[in-house]
This record gives sequence, C-alpha cells and structure tokens, in this order.
Amino acid sequence: MLNVALPKGRLGEKVYAMFEAAGFECPSIKEQNRKLIFENSEVGVRYFWVKPSDIAIYVERGAADIGVAGKDILLEYNPDVYELLDLDIGKCRMAVAAKSDFRDDPRRTLRVATKFTNIAKNYYASLDRDIDIIHLNGSIEIAPILDLSDVIVDIVETGKTLKENDLEVFETIVPISARLISNKSSFKFKNEQIEKIVREVSAQLKASN
Amino acid sequence: MNINDSVLKYDEKTIFALRELYSKYGYSQYKMSKFEEYDLYVRNKDFLISEGVITFNDTNGRLMALKPDVTLSIIKNSKDVSGFVQKLYYNENVYRVSDKTHSFKEIMQVGLECIGDIDDYCISEVLSLAAKSLLTIKKEAVLDISHLGILSAIFDYAGIPEDGRDAIMKSVSEKNPHELLRLCADMGIEPCKAGLIRTIIGIYGKPDEVIDTLRSVLGEVAENEVDELYKIIKSVDPGYKDIIRIDFSVIGDIKYYNGIVFKGFVSGVPSSVLSGGQYDRLMKKMMKKSGAIGFAVYLDLLERLLSEVRMYDVDTVIVYGDGEDIMSVKRAVEQYSKEGSVSVQRAIPERFTYKRLVKLSEGEVTVLENNA
Repeated sequence: MLNVALPKGRLGEKVYAMFEAAGFECPSIKEQNRKLIFENSEVGVRYFWVKPSDIAIYVERGAADIGVAGKDILLEYNPDVYELLDLDIGKCRMAVAAKSDFRDDPRRTLRVATKFTNIAKNYYASLDRDIDIIHLNGSIEIAPILDLSDVIVDIVETGKTLKENDLEVFETIVPISARLISNKSSFKFKNEQIEKIVREVSAQLKASN
Repeated sequence: MNINDSVLKYDEKTIFALRELYSKYGYSQYKMSKFEEYDLYVRNKDFLISEGVITFNDTNGRLMALKPDVTLSIIKNSKDVSGFVQKLYYNENVYRVSDKTHSFKEIMQVGLECIGDIDDYCISEVLSLAAKSLLTIKKEAVLDISHLGILSAIFDYAGIPEDGRDAIMKSVSEKNPHELLRLCADMGIEPCKAGLIRTIIGIYGKPDEVIDTLRSVLGEVAENEVDELYKIIKSVDPGYKDIIRIDFSVIGDIKYYNGIVFKGFVSGVPSSVLSGGQYDRLMKKMMKKSGAIGFAVYLDLLERLLSEVRMYDVDTVIVYGDGEDIMSVKRAVEQYSKEGSVSVQRAIPERFTYKRLVKLSEGEVTVLENNA
C-alpha cells in the first residue's frame, strides 16, 4: 500500500488528478464528506489530506511514503527526503518586499518580518547583511506599515495583496512550486510504485509543456 | 548465566547479535570514556552529524565534551603500523542534537572501524558485515552503495567549480533533477554535461541490473572507479549481495570521505539505520598515514520495529490484605511465577492491566479475574 499525503485545497485536487491519470485512482476521494483518509486497495494506494505545511513531516517520518509540498516548506524545514519532481504547479516566488519608498541603510541592522525564518536568515547570511528577524505567523504585510519591520520576506503570487498595502517586491529570493517528495526508506521498499508515479507524472508534465 | 531472551528489547537483542557477528570476524571491542576533550570535535566540526555538543569543565578546568561521536576518538588513539589493520567494534552511547526535535538525545550506537593498510579485501569485508548487520536486524533490508570517486570524476569532467560542489552534492543527495539542472545552468555548465549528472541521479537498482547503463552513460569518465565499485560489490559474500543497490544519492562530506560510501535501510524504519564509508581524508587530516573504513548502526531507530504490542503490564496480580502471613504470600508468588510475571500489590492502581487477578486472604488463593 502506497501512502500519499496530499495538501488540502485546490493544489491537492490538481495533484490528485495527476496521480489518478498516472493509474493511482481512488474514486472515494471525490465524495463530498469530511473524511481525511481514502483508500483503493485494488490499486494499492491510500491518500490523505494534510495541512500543506505538515506534508514534509509526514513524509520525513514515514507516515506517508510520498507527498506534495511547496518548495518554500522544503527550504524552511530542510527535511531529509528525496525531492523527485518539480510539478510545475502552485507557482509563486519567495521575495523581499517593503514600502515603495523604502531605502536600505547598510549602517543599520535590517529588521525583517517573516514566517520563513530560516529562508530569510540564509538569504541575508549569503549577503553578509546583519538582520533582526521578527517571526510572525500571519498578516506579514502590515509589519512595515506599522514600522514593526523594514522589510518582509514572504511568498508572492500575483503581488495584489502587496500592492493594496502599498508594498512592492524589491528582490526575488527563489522561485517556488509544488514538488513531489519521497521518504528515503519508502523509496527503497516501494520503489516500483514510486518510480511509476514519477515516470507517469513526468510524461504528463512533458505533454502539457 | 542463562538469559531468557523474551525479556530483552529488540535493540538489546540486536546489540548482542551484532557483537557476536563482529567478534567472529576478529574485531575486538573498543571501550572508551564517556568524555573527550572538546578540542577534538571543534577541529573536526564538519565531520560530526549534528553541530551541538554538550560541554563542561573538568576538575582541572579543561573544556570537555560528552562524546557526540566515536570514530574521532578511535582515530585519535590509532597507531600507524605498516601492513597491519586494526579491527575494532564499539557499543557506546553518543550525545547529539536531534534534527527533528532540536534537543539533545542519547543515542546507542554499535559500529566497527577498520584502520590501517586498507585493501580491497578489507573494504569487501566491511561491506559484507554491513549487509549482515542489516539482515540481522530485519530480512527486508537494503544497502545502498556509492563511490565518491565516480562523482568527483564526473564533476571534474563537467567543470563544476570547487565552490559550487556542495550545492550540486546536495541536489544529488536529494535525487533532485530540477534543482541540479538549475544550479548547472547558473554555473554555466554545458547542458549535455549537466544531463550526465542528471542521468546518474536517476540510476538506482541492483548492481547487475544497472552496471551496463552506468558504463554506457559514463564511457571513459570514471571508468576505473566504476570498475572498482563493481569489483568490490561482486566480492561481497554470496547471500548478502541481493540487498545491495547502487545509488549515488548516498554521499559523504568529501573533505573527509573518499571511495566507497554506503547507507543501510530496513523496512518499517523511515530513515537509514546504518551509515558508513571510507574516510582516508579524515585520517590524513588527523595526521595519520593509514586508511580507514567503518560504519555505525543507529539502534535508537529500531524501537519502531517492535512487532508485539504489550497487552498486559503483568501476567498475574496477587492482592492481599493487612495481616496476611508473609510466607503464604511467598508461596502464592512461587506458584504463579511458573506461569509468567507476578506483581504483588495491596491495591490495584488505575489503568493497571493484567491477565489474571488473584486474591490472597488468610492463606487462601482465589482467582477473581482471568483475562488470558
């Protein structure tokens, strides 16, 4: 039985469609109910819906054999997993944003508000820039407006939220998209099934490009 | 002394089995102090799996550390003797920061080190013992093997700059083709050469099944290293070769490791339970002329393999009241010990589970409950 962790929400539905087309269908997942685990024993697959930021934990600890996680989560938590495929969906970027009139003063420690502490630390360490990290769990955009921080490091999709709050992107740190990840041990013992999914989904991605 | 092995935990049984295995091959036990001077670890910080070390000052004011690693201490105390190979095994606790919990953890490790004039036979023997160790733990096991010389030769051929190799190695260890291609493009590596590394990432399987692909993909690049890897794998004891897979995602820090590196997995444990390789470069860094190869088995991970869930805390509980004669209690204990574990109590705590509940009153035994 191959255990697959899918991110709750629209992205997860897209991913399921890819896996279904790869021959790992599980019709019960489409039923409208509050169940979180769905199984098709004939095909040998079990799907479960998980909060997107938790997928890497499920896969790293072997509760799921494979899963789909955003590159932002993989960079932030650095889980010990294989990153087998870029699914080319859920695309956005990790960026530095600030008020449009922001000017960086290198004489001062830069105050950075973010949910992605490690990504921000690593990025500014690569620039040898001294920073003061302010960890926030949400509404990051208001931090520069209230002078809590000079800049923010956050995910930017369309940039609409930033614009509405009079913020703009100053630097792109890294492009983000959804990645197919595998538990290292599962890759050895369920290799045939995992390689099949990778092969089939790769073919789908090539065809759609 | 006879020990009933049903009282041993899975990791304890494994320790005895592995110690017996290594002793049989002429490895002698290396016993060391729990502490080591901190300086040893600072000088070789990158070799340690985790960065955190528990330190304290000893009575002379020296800064000491609770051992985070065993290999460094063994190397420090090894002697270079031409033509001789020192074969040692250890069974020690080490203290490391867990990646998952970010707190210190005591980890029981069993491992072996082969230090001295290392030749192909020594490498083959260590690989055979790694495979046997895994199969001692569980029948469904896999030993992934790589050769760092192959990766180095490919990187040289592709023209990967020295300062970019760590990033490329990381993508190789993640089997991450898209990140690899992006990095290669940023470094200006020719697409066909980047494609070669990408193909290598995708190679995974039994040596006999992948060797032809490997040879045809690499051609003259790393020809000698590929032959060396295949020759060593072929020499592993029959019956143990079946669990070996070639997998280039097994890497080691190239500042310390060279040649063969390997990782072992058993079904049911989500991460590798065995890790090892040739570390001649570490020996050189520590001013030793000899070569070395070894591996460690992480016993803390084997808890996951406990197949039986304990249904009862104890087989029989004997409850007795005030004034009960001590000899009649002893007689009851003796009687029920023949049928398993016995706990003698005045009262039964909540959630205490047992197969059988026995009441002792004025020397008379009455069975109140029998859940067996």
